[in-house]
Amino acid sequence: MSKISVSNLNFFYGKAQALHDISLDIPEREVIAFVGPSGCGKSTFLRTLNRMNDTIPSARVEGQVLIDGKNIYEANTDVASLRRKVGMVFQKSNPFPKSIFENVAYGVRINGIHKDKADLNVRVEKALHDAALLDEVKDRMNTSAFGLSGGQQQRLCIARALAVQPEVILMDEPASALDPIATQKIEELVVELKKQYTIVIVTHNMQQAARVSDRTAFFMLGKLVEVNPTQKMFTNPDEKLTEDYVTGRFG
Amino acid sequence: MIMTTLTAACAFGVVAVLLLVLSYIAYQGITSLTFQFLIETPKPVGEGGGIGNAIVGSLILLGLASLVGIPFGIAVGTYLAEMGDGWFGTIVRFVADTMIGIPSIVFGVFVYALVVLQQGYFSTLAGCVALALIMIPIVTRTTEEMIRLVPKSMREGALALGAPQWRVTKDIVIPAAMTGIATGAMLSVARVLGETAPLLFTAFGSRFYNIYLDEPMASLTVQIYNYAISPFEEWHDKAWAATLVLVTLILLINIIVRFITRKKY
Repeated sequence: MSKISVSNLNFFYGKAQALHDISLDIPEREVIAFVGPSGCGKSTFLRTLNRMNDTIPSARVEGQVLIDGKNIYEANTDVASLRRKVGMVFQKSNPFPKSIFENVAYGVRINGIHKDKADLNVRVEKALHDAALLDEVKDRMNTSAFGLSGGQQQRLCIARALAVQPEVILMDEPASALDPIATQKIEELVVELKKQYTIVIVTHNMQQAARVSDRTAFFMLGKLVEVNPTQKMFTNPDEKLTEDYVTGRFG
Repeated sequence: MIMTTLTAACAFGVVAVLLLVLSYIAYQGITSLTFQFLIETPKPVGEGGGIGNAIVGSLILLGLASLVGIPFGIAVGTYLAEMGDGWFGTIVRFVADTMIGIPSIVFGVFVYALVVLQQGYFSTLAGCVALALIMIPIVTRTTEEMIRLVPKSMREGALALGAPQWRVTKDIVIPAAMTGIATGAMLSVARVLGETAPLLFTAFGSRFYNIYLDEPMASLTVQIYNYAISPFEEWHDKAWAATLVLVTLILLINIIVRFITRKKY
């Protein structure tokens, strides 16, 4: 069974339809990259997977999104536990105005995952370790998260997402605001995290998609044009449109 | 270059006026400022007397008014920023804006009719109500502005961890906006600490130390007014000294609150 199974998904901002009849299965522990020109709906689609679009008043969803076989758009869905299970990392790092420790601890605290203070410490350290940040911050856990560099802040946000033990991680252009070295670290991290998590990554960077993903999905004007193993997407795609895009003929 | 010079000149002008006012108050007030003056109650001309009861009165009036006005204002401002996009929010916002523009004496007369006449006597409580009414819209509007400045991405970060909306507001948004909210609260504190008109109709003034809510209460501003309109030179000096105390008090409260709400992260 697929971890995530989307069928016939339509999405509207008010009257404007942003996603058209999208169906896609994502197996467990796969890294799938979403590529496509700006405004093609890849971010919108990503955000339907943890219902982040709920915050937009005019948004409307049709069709179904199954995660572990359960439709997350059913009326009785607990959105909080859905978002705990499907973590998210954003384009711009968005640490909270708290210490490094408290940033990572926050999700654990609000979900009441930890048993006691010692357990919380262990969880925070593990999350920071898994996000490859622990060594850089272990001596200043109680200082402001804003004192970190951009790349470190983004890894802190990844650690924050990991701390609540998600099963899926959504990444919305996680490295687009970072320099090449910080980007490389994030990419290495994605490859490492793949062993445990199902990862959906939106990117504008074709090389990045090629480097980190197992499969790539190409979106255009709100439609899913093609989804195939990444290797095939970049060498011998089924669609002419995909070929034009990945070779840089437009977009 | 011209722009820089002009704006800098204006900035210097404003600071110069402020310094001029402050130094003149200090110059006039420092001569009568003794320890006795700070603790004694007012006495007839020629017998000394001070503003001890007025300082205590002002602090009690301000304290109680703040206790109601600031939390209430923050709550309303938070509501407007986080949930106030509908018609109801628009109305509340309009009412708050209008209230900011209402002269303070109107609040005095309003509370006089509503509380003082009903009860039959001037009281501390009535004074607090009038001051709180002045504070609420100021705190409301600054809180709303400050909370709106908190980036959407920060809220989404918390929502994406499974936090319910109210926790996002309480744990992330309000702390992030705290410095600005404190500035708004300070604006309102400075404003009401300097108010005389609404107190004339409500707390009225008193020559004695008082801590009871159902009795008239002295305040620095009313005491300054009484000293200043008298025909006696000695009392004029006392008015200056009391003014110096009032300004110093506002400065002190500002510094303390800034320290408490300073950015920790």
